[in-house]
Amino acid sequence: MSRNGPIALIYHTLFVIFMLAPILVVCFVAFTPEGYLSFPTDRWSLRWFYAIGRYPEFISAFWRSLWLGALSSAIAVAFSVPAALAIGRHRFRGRDAMTALFMSPLMIPHVVLGIAFLRFFTELGLGGTFVGLVLAHIVVVLPFALRLTLASAVGLDRSIEHAAISLGASDRTVLRRITLPLVLPGLISGWALAFINSFDEVTMTVFIAAPGTETLPVRMFLYIQDNIDPLVTSVSACVIAITAAALIALDRAYGLERLLVGRSVDGR
Amino acid sequence: MKSAPYLLSLPALLLFGAIVIIPLVMTVLLSFHDWGQYKGIEPVFVLKNWHEVFTDSYFLEMFWRTFRIAFFVTLLAAVLGAPEAYILNRMKSPWRGLFLLVILGPLLISVVARTLGWALLFGGNSGLINKALVSMGLISAPLPFMFTETGVIVALTHVLMPYMVLAVWAALQRLDPQIENAAVALGAGPFTVLRRIVLPQVMPGILSGAIIVFALAASAFATPAIIGGRRLKVASTLAYDEFLNTLNWPLGAAVAVLLLVALVAIVVGASRLVERRYAQVFG
Repeated sequence: MSRNGPIALIYHTLFVIFMLAPILVVCFVAFTPEGYLSFPTDRWSLRWFYAIGRYPEFISAFWRSLWLGALSSAIAVAFSVPAALAIGRHRFRGRDAMTALFMSPLMIPHVVLGIAFLRFFTELGLGGTFVGLVLAHIVVVLPFALRLTLASAVGLDRSIEHAAISLGASDRTVLRRITLPLVLPGLISGWALAFINSFDEVTMTVFIAAPGTETLPVRMFLYIQDNIDPLVTSVSACVIAITAAALIALDRAYGLERLLVGRSVDGR
Repeated sequence: MKSAPYLLSLPALLLFGAIVIIPLVMTVLLSFHDWGQYKGIEPVFVLKNWHEVFTDSYFLEMFWRTFRIAFFVTLLAAVLGAPEAYILNRMKSPWRGLFLLVILGPLLISVVARTLGWALLFGGNSGLINKALVSMGLISAPLPFMFTETGVIVALTHVLMPYMVLAVWAALQRLDPQIENAAVALGAGPFTVLRRIVLPQVMPGILSGAIIVFALAASAFATPAIIGGRRLKVASTLAYDEFLNTLNWPLGAAVAVLLLVALVAIVVGASRLVERRYAQVFG
């Protein structure tokens, strides 16, 4: 394959700057020693990172987001494993419609989902509760969990299962000792992708979270709506650092491209 | 066992029936309910909200703005993102993986944090971008980015760019490099190869990326809310206001349902067109 010319490389450099600039700016401003938004020039300071400690709303929102993400992703994976085995290994009537239904939270605007859940949960008496948040997050992250479990269910070598059956294993033993271990990598990466999406979700959550149940992105969003000061940049810098670390770990373990498009860079 | 797939998918089907389909149906019904400042929501059947949404010029202007922003974001993402995906695809091993991570990674970083970055870069008259543009002599007076459509378009293009690069990248992976080599061997210049060989083959990727970006741009919330502020309303921020500030839920539901219906119509229609067009070429 031919190489990129100089113009292509200049374009590439500008493009990467465009993609990284807003993210890096947040991280730089977070280190300002001043009391207002500014770039640290001669002196760097951690004062705005220490300041986070004085705002318990951010800390509690962070833990809530973490639990919410872990719990809703785990439940979404639990629902998507049997569904993935059905869709990936059987041909049946309504299969396409079912897949479209499970993938629909990707297509429905999150504002519409937020409104629908707000109305629904208020009627049920679940408005502003953590249970409501978990239910809503299961729905929006399920497509991500399903996509990756589906990929591993489709790629599963059925002859291994047949071998186990011919050697006298029962259905349950096959499921427990053969099928589940084989789909496990897809299951874990599906959980991870679902977790990241839950952790970042703001549009839908802003409708259904109440002051006691705000997630971190919702707290950040509402804070920015009032005013932008260095405190919210240091909180954002922490979020960016955590996500970046998770991203690099995921990329090493599974390959980011495989996670996002279902194919890997070197065509594994 | 013919019933096995149904039994396996039953839990997820019940879940989606209970907490996706029922709430959506309730929202559609809500848009037909009456509302008053003092009486609250009245569960009657009126067309008041729909009449208001379709006749009031305020809503017309707002929906027009929403789709105009989505159109320009899609155009910018396609024009800027497709060449980058092509360049990325021609890179050698360590760089390719690294830059793919750098460009696709932001997809998973909080939208609020990324939009905050643009708010800092725009930041009124003293924003970094204006300082840079003035010092380069490109402009004499600072450009307004905050609370303008331009600002929302730039920030949203950044937020949604990874989806476009991803779609074009996926199309490029299916490309046979031998065809390019054959064209070069037959004497085609690099520009001709790009225009006559590469572009037609990645066009389905660009179009499917465009559909995703358009749908997400038209329904984006956090970015237009932060960059556009309270003055520059789009469909989703307007619905938010009706729900959480004015408390006119039926009217907010009508706006949201209209957005959903319009988007589904556009996305399904565009997908059909793309499929039909390219079924002839590749079928």
